[in-house]
Amino acid sequence: MSYQTRSKDALAARIAQDIPNGAYVNLGIGMPVLVANHLPAESEVCLHSENGILGMGPFPPKGEEDYDLINAGKQAVTLRPGGAFFHHADSFAMMRAGHLDICVLGAFQVSVSGDLANWHTGLPQDIPAVGGAMDLAIGAKQTWVMMDLLTKSGQSKVVQECAYPLTGLKCVKRIYTDHATFECSNEGLWVIDRVEGLSLTELESITGLQLRDKI
Amino acid sequence: MIDKFVDSAAQALSSIESGSTIMVGGFGTAGIPNELIDGLLGVLIDLDIRELTLINNNAGNADKGLAALLKTERVKKIICSYPRQSDSYVFDSLYKAGKIELELVPQGNLAERIRAAGAGVGAFFTPTGYGTELAKHPDGSPKETREINGRMYVLEYPLHADFALIKAYKGDRWGNLIYRKSARNFGPIMAMAARCTVASVYERVELGDLDPESIVTPGIFVNKLVCVPEPSHSEP
Repeated sequence: MSYQTRSKDALAARIAQDIPNGAYVNLGIGMPVLVANHLPAESEVCLHSENGILGMGPFPPKGEEDYDLINAGKQAVTLRPGGAFFHHADSFAMMRAGHLDICVLGAFQVSVSGDLANWHTGLPQDIPAVGGAMDLAIGAKQTWVMMDLLTKSGQSKVVQECAYPLTGLKCVKRIYTDHATFECSNEGLWVIDRVEGLSLTELESITGLQLRDKI
Repeated sequence: MIDKFVDSAAQALSSIESGSTIMVGGFGTAGIPNELIDGLLGVLIDLDIRELTLINNNAGNADKGLAALLKTERVKKIICSYPRQSDSYVFDSLYKAGKIELELVPQGNLAERIRAAGAGVGAFFTPTGYGTELAKHPDGSPKETREINGRMYVLEYPLHADFALIKAYKGDRWGNLIYRKSARNFGPIMAMAARCTVASVYERVELGDLDPESIVTPGIFVNKLVCVPEPSHSEP
């Protein structure tokens, strides 16, 4: 049977659906920022930015940018009423001590047990840069990954063991991909949804992993 | 009478010496004390100062500010979390040529090591980085780890500095500071961690003008102030 993978927007909407009203959430640089577009207008999900913002709002209209008010990706943003500014040590305390409810990150690879690799290719010619990736990975109450399931050359990014340098150990709870959503656990990898027409057997063959169906 | 205002960045930084460690605030476009960095660059050249260690979140952009400082090859080491950016070509070429040492630190560990220095903490255990390549010393040996209540932690040491260069919004002559929006970032913790903290402010205000309930950095953490009026906040 044939199937169609989810678009980036559909994937963002799928994740937004699982974020409860009132949650404190950090959306990582790149694809995860799309999730903000799918939070219901009436929801009071409080967005955190590592550079010292809670209650981050949408991008400002063109011409109204204030470059003292930027997100982690260095883009001008706005502040919602009720928002607050604080210094870097407090901002990372919010992560490290588990004050944030959810953090959504991109990834190169995630292992069955929830190990995350998303900061460095490990190639000698690539200058390493980590930013807040390691703090985010291990800090929030729940760390979710948002990514395409396959690399451009068709290899699964959900793997038995990560080949790239690790960002954090056993820190990922859920993996949202364009093919399916997975939950990492000590017993193995559960499939909690998959796109229409994609069977568990097919998903196992794509990933090369033994999966448990929770649908 | 206490008056910490000086006329120029050069005057504020005149006691800098070769081998000094200098913290520079800022994240992205916000909170970078550009005028202080330019003043520092002038002092380095005038006094032929070398072998500096810089602590900043990034490693400079394009050819200005920190990048211009790096280009003089007077910085032997940089401690930062995110050196690689689309326009960090000055750092990139120095690094690839082996002309600058890099200590890469996860951003929260960087912030907490700075905070620990300012708070007089000898060292601390953090879960961030455990089990990764960044839980190793620059020579590749593993950092000390410990299991505490069933969780694994890495021992990290404070980062002190001789000077901190930070950018605030308003300041009075005692050195009390408030910041502007996300330009606060590393300012308050760097102010506490350096032997001599130099802050630039957009606006000099009279004692008592800042609401004491809202002062972010109390003047005890600030040694010198330079007033740099800002025409607009809308330029990247």
